[in-house]
Amino acid sequence: MPSSLLWAVDVYGRVYSLSTAGQQWEHCRDAHLEFKRVTAVQQCCWSIACDHNIYLYVHASEVPIRYQEETYENQRWNPVDGFSDRLLPSDRWQWSDITGLKHQPLGDFQLPSENWEWEADWYIDENFGGEPTEKGGWTYAIDFPATYTKDKKWNSCVRRRRWIRYRRYKAQDTWVKIPSEQTESLPDPFNDITCGGWEITEEPRGCLALWAVSLQGKVWFRCDINHHNPEGSVWEEVPVPGEVVQISCGPGDLVWAVLWEGHLLVREGVGRDCLKGSSWVTVESPSPGVGVVHVAVGVNVVWAVTKDHKVWFRRGVNSHNPCGSGWIGMVGEMVMINVGLSDQVWAIGFEDRAVYFRQGVTASELSGKAWKVVSVPRDSERSHSSASASSLQSAGCFFGGEVRLQSQASMLSDADAETERAGGEVVPTPEIGDAPKPRIPKVTSDSFISELVSDREGQISRRDVPPAGPSIPEEDHPEKELEDRASPAQVLSPSQSGGVDPQWSNVDLEEAQTHLTSGPGGDAAETSSLSSVATYNLALEEPYGLDEPPKWAWVSGGGCLVECHTQLNWFNSSTSTALNSSMQAMSLSITPAQTAAWRKQIFEQLSERSKREMENFMHYEQAIEQSVWVKKGTMQWWRDWKPHKWVDVQFALEQFSGVEGNKDGILFIYYTFNDEKKYLHMFINEVTILVPVLNDSKHTFAIYTAERTKQRWPMRLAAATELEMHDWLALLSVSCCDSRGIQGPPSKQAIWSVTCKGDIFVSEPTKELEASPYPTPCAQMFWRQVGGHLRIIESNSLGVVWGIGYDHTAWVHTGGYGGGFFQGLASSTDNIYTQTDVKSVYIYENQRWNPVTGYTNRGLPTDRYMWSNASGLKECTKNNTKPPSPNWTWVSDWTIDYAVPGGTDREGWQYAADFPASYHGNKTLKDFVRRRRWARKCKLTTTGPWQEVPPIPLSDITILPCGPKSTVEQVSLWAISNKGDILCRLGVTSLTPGGSSWLHVGTDQPFKSISIGAVHQVWAIAKDGSAFYRGSVSAQNPAGDCWYHIPSPTGQKLKQVSVGRTSVYTVDENGNLWYRHGVTPSYPQGSSWEHISNNVRKVSVGPLDQVWVIADKVQGSHSLSCGTVCRRLGVLPMEPKGHSWDYGIGGGWDHITVRGNAMEAPRIVMPSLTDNQTATRPLQTSNQPEMNGNPVGC
Amino acid sequence: MADDKDVLRDVWFGRIPACFTLSPEETTEREAEPYYLLLPRVSYLTLVTDKVKKHFLRVMKAEDSTEMWFEYEGTPLKWHYPIGVLFDLHASNTALPWNVTVHFKNFPEHDLLHCTSNSVIEAHFMSCIKEADALKHKGQVINDMQKKDHKQLWMGLQNDKFDQFWAMNRKLMEYPTDEGGFRYIPFRMYQTMGERPFIQKLFRPVSPEGHTLTLGDLLKELFPAAICAEDEPKRFQVMIHGIEPLLETPIQWLSEHLSHPDNFLHISIIPAPSD
Repeated sequence: MPSSLLWAVDVYGRVYSLSTAGQQWEHCRDAHLEFKRVTAVQQCCWSIACDHNIYLYVHASEVPIRYQEETYENQRWNPVDGFSDRLLPSDRWQWSDITGLKHQPLGDFQLPSENWEWEADWYIDENFGGEPTEKGGWTYAIDFPATYTKDKKWNSCVRRRRWIRYRRYKAQDTWVKIPSEQTESLPDPFNDITCGGWEITEEPRGCLALWAVSLQGKVWFRCDINHHNPEGSVWEEVPVPGEVVQISCGPGDLVWAVLWEGHLLVREGVGRDCLKGSSWVTVESPSPGVGVVHVAVGVNVVWAVTKDHKVWFRRGVNSHNPCGSGWIGMVGEMVMINVGLSDQVWAIGFEDRAVYFRQGVTASELSGKAWKVVSVPRDSERSHSSASASSLQSAGCFFGGEVRLQSQASMLSDADAETERAGGEVVPTPEIGDAPKPRIPKVTSDSFISELVSDREGQISRRDVPPAGPSIPEEDHPEKELEDRASPAQVLSPSQSGGVDPQWSNVDLEEAQTHLTSGPGGDAAETSSLSSVATYNLALEEPYGLDEPPKWAWVSGGGCLVECHTQLNWFNSSTSTALNSSMQAMSLSITPAQTAAWRKQIFEQLSERSKREMENFMHYEQAIEQSVWVKKGTMQWWRDWKPHKWVDVQFALEQFSGVEGNKDGILFIYYTFNDEKKYLHMFINEVTILVPVLNDSKHTFAIYTAERTKQRWPMRLAAATELEMHDWLALLSVSCCDSRGIQGPPSKQAIWSVTCKGDIFVSEPTKELEASPYPTPCAQMFWRQVGGHLRIIESNSLGVVWGIGYDHTAWVHTGGYGGGFFQGLASSTDNIYTQTDVKSVYIYENQRWNPVTGYTNRGLPTDRYMWSNASGLKECTKNNTKPPSPNWTWVSDWTIDYAVPGGTDREGWQYAADFPASYHGNKTLKDFVRRRRWARKCKLTTTGPWQEVPPIPLSDITILPCGPKSTVEQVSLWAISNKGDILCRLGVTSLTPGGSSWLHVGTDQPFKSISIGAVHQVWAIAKDGSAFYRGSVSAQNPAGDCWYHIPSPTGQKLKQVSVGRTSVYTVDENGNLWYRHGVTPSYPQGSSWEHISNNVRKVSVGPLDQVWVIADKVQGSHSLSCGTVCRRLGVLPMEPKGHSWDYGIGGGWDHITVRGNAMEAPRIVMPSLTDNQTATRPLQTSNQPEMNGNPVGC
Repeated sequence: MADDKDVLRDVWFGRIPACFTLSPEETTEREAEPYYLLLPRVSYLTLVTDKVKKHFLRVMKAEDSTEMWFEYEGTPLKWHYPIGVLFDLHASNTALPWNVTVHFKNFPEHDLLHCTSNSVIEAHFMSCIKEADALKHKGQVINDMQKKDHKQLWMGLQNDKFDQFWAMNRKLMEYPTDEGGFRYIPFRMYQTMGERPFIQKLFRPVSPEGHTLTLGDLLKELFPAAICAEDEPKRFQVMIHGIEPLLETPIQWLSEHLSHPDNFLHISIIPAPSD
């Protein structure tokens, strides 16, 4: 889990952030101003500063924010000049956008704001739809607008070419002011701001909703904020039926606002087409007569704080019912509340102004259990006296320039004043110095409302006070003004009442006035708690003793990811440092990694003891004879013969010690057939793999032997409970490993594979595996499972292993083994971490058109289910669809999926003439059926020897393959982000496999596959299916210099590439495997593609140029398997293409990497037998679709 | 650095070479040869001495084949203590093999429990495990196990199957990470001279202030004499499985790794050899 940040503002307006991995508040020193409010999301943080401008802090990312500007140069042919820029009067502009309607000369492109910079100058794009064009990049057509081709024909009268230029957002990790461009429509300053909405739509990427409230109670929406435009473009006013004081926007479509009167407004109609929503609905305050002062919303929750500091939770809130159904009063008194990621709740206490975390908030218990105070120290700050001075200054300037000047002129900083007093030199000053200025409530939530009050007050009653103006809050009068208006006795009162948490009574205008005039009497008692603390604070030599708990004003958890398994070190750490350190010492001493003296001593003594007590007596008889140990159980077995069905069986494992002390065992299955008791057995040392099988109702696994792999027919068993299955799997797995003498972590040479269930398997290669001409058949390879869940895994022979989860998270292998259900003896104790993965489950809603009612869910009797899976064969309703296995839990509701291949209309529908047919995103006259895809996210939490590599989500990785005795210091590792950016990892060595940072490698289009060869040849496949070769990559120049476009095989779109020592193989979208011909050291791009095989899903070429693939379908003697590991036979240095296939484990395999196996086979010189083999025999395909032999269930 | 799991193996596979000789009081038909055997430290005498019994019965009259019992240098050996404890307590600084005298007559009713069959040992063993789990987890773990799981623990011990035993026993060794250890540490502290057979008290692995408690802390509370000041000569040896762990060893770690199969940490306190 990568660390994320909780943001907060203290009462002095200083911004702090607290990392989930950290234990102290880090002062955001970059902020030269004081801030009133912050609202954070994962990628950035928005804020309102005391100058009322909006500021943005974009976190630096290793993938830069860059935007491609494009324009087209258009030319027409005429007989005199040939192609020239002399166009016909009816033609488009000479420089235009792609449609030709907009005039766009190169010089007209301006940077959107000063926070952008150009990456380079304009250049011509020579890539045309995945194919390289001639130099110059021209594409030709008969006329504008028409279909363009890359070849000039006899009738080509016009041509155009595309110019591109990148601009890059440079203001990262710093606060930048968002220019308020519309001076005329923004009359009053902002008072509240909230950011959210990132879950509403995927398009455009990084789309955010930013809402703001002005001091006059108007609501504004910032348009067009997305990844490529982090600052957004304009403010649009959203009409409101009243005056809003505060607003909150959740990650999804919830937007709630607090009205001046204490009621709430709920925005309706927020959706992917309309981030702003359409209308407001009013919700009453939870307690009559006591208005709401603060609201915070998440995905499915709404929390509110009323005037009396009570906290309320809104029941029944969700996307369909944004208003919810009722209020529940909660424990605790808070001044503000904030809902962060996963609906976690943060608040600031009324009494102590501490940041609180709501403990125990889960999807099933959204209201949580208890408030827990976040007590961590702030980073020690030597310069705080100056900081406080400046904060005081600016505190004075909160509401306008004039006041600032005044306060600067008339005020000492409080720190100074205190020092003087401490020195006994109290100079009687006009401002009666014994009332230090606790300017605390400046930025507290309710103080803003009181500012608002004072604002009005000014308008109503103090228009005659010239310099203060309407915007001076009453708690911050510069002394001068006070002198003008009040007696010295009263001077105390406002400054002290400044220390008060300004009670809601202030909202009542009349009462506020009384406060001002009635002197210290009124709420002097109430002041005490806060102002006295503040006074104490300021009176110290160290104005901010670190042991003094900080006072917070605002907190934002919108970027802070906390989950139930997250270990937070935020609680109680500052209260007892002794305890803390001792706890640390304990946790350290319990980890075996630590070499404590006592542990060493125990190890030494134990081995001494064994020596002393046993060494000379080994000839003695053992008291207990080694006997056979049997574990028995009941299971269900998928009967081998027809009709296939689950039958109850007795299952037993008999283990015994072999002659050399190694253990072996036999597996028995006792069943009854025709009332006759029978059994079948399997030797443990013949088992090649144990595979958990995807089944949404049973806990099933499959056992293979080499023979059963050939048959494509494993022994399938189902246990009664998940726990029982895991116990058996762990036991059988240990037993299998014991019988083969395998233990400990996987070797560096290991071959890794992943099933479509995300389970990870590893096989230890022998020298004979790649022997030629008689290699070990790959059906005999033994695979053992390693904990964790991945979609892709890549390795090299230096032991660097990386994986990518279904949610695109990158993981690096820690060197451990076990995890998951392998606990205790089958797992390493350290190097095992929590791993999570998230994937979507899809179902389809199908409808048929009829002339009377249009599209309805009444289909023809012959139609598919109206709610089905993709094939339509299985009924899948929202209610009956379960997560893929009991290990997964739902983490979202069903939502319409708009990102379906082929496109959708605005409601997500795809149309077709009939089921099943090709679907398209817009309705035509010929369409009689339509469907739309619904997605629901589910999440898996497991453990394994994997550590997350934050923060960039990846879609592909490749690691430099190394020779057998290679000593490479820096291991080249390239990756593709899930947005298609190409990245190069720096600092990867065999000791630090995780590396240090990413280097972004610029490209003109998004990519989907990448591979690096043994001599740093980098090949990549773009999303449009074209291949690229990266020039000049070397150990010294790890990122290379430029891309060479390689045309793909005619008519094919490539999807994956793998480069070994010298061989380059690609797979296209139609399952063809291609070999790159003519690759030489001097011409590494090669010359042409040669077809090797069809029926291939994925290829992995190893450091010996060995070729392994995942075959689409393989027919065995009993059944068919989809997704099977296959190895190319006959691959030799001079025959890199090989001649035929060898079939390994399968049914449900998704990925394999042999790039760690650099073990050269023993050289046996034998007459070649390849002549007898059928040359280039195709990888067999099935014509006998028996889906039984598909054990992993894809 | 060796793994902590190796400790479990070393503990399990600890063996004591023993030489069984028949007591001269026994009447035999012919001279009885001594019998040599490697005894598992973690097992029980009566559980692993079927061979011994068979061996001596061959030279004895059938009518004398009553219950067999053992004695070392005049001390009857309690079969219900693990073998390693008996050895550490009575014979730790003597020459090997361990000379155990075998008796059939004159069963010392005051010193020993009768052990008529292995089911008696099993009942004793299981009651120890249950008591230990009551201390560690309020008995929740052992009670959640099924009968066959209990059987697996016992069979693991009886047949000397480390994997079989630990596949189940690891569940008994789990604890919530945020608590830093078991509720109480199941331990028994033995000494040869004491009036009581052993000391057993409630003792938590972590102090109320959150400090990890060590073997030293335990001794300080229960047997301060075992802790000697730096300059003093050592008066006692604190022995677990034939070794003397350092006093700063965390008690929780010891409980997890050096407990006997009955889940108790058996600590023998013996006078230091005077040499």
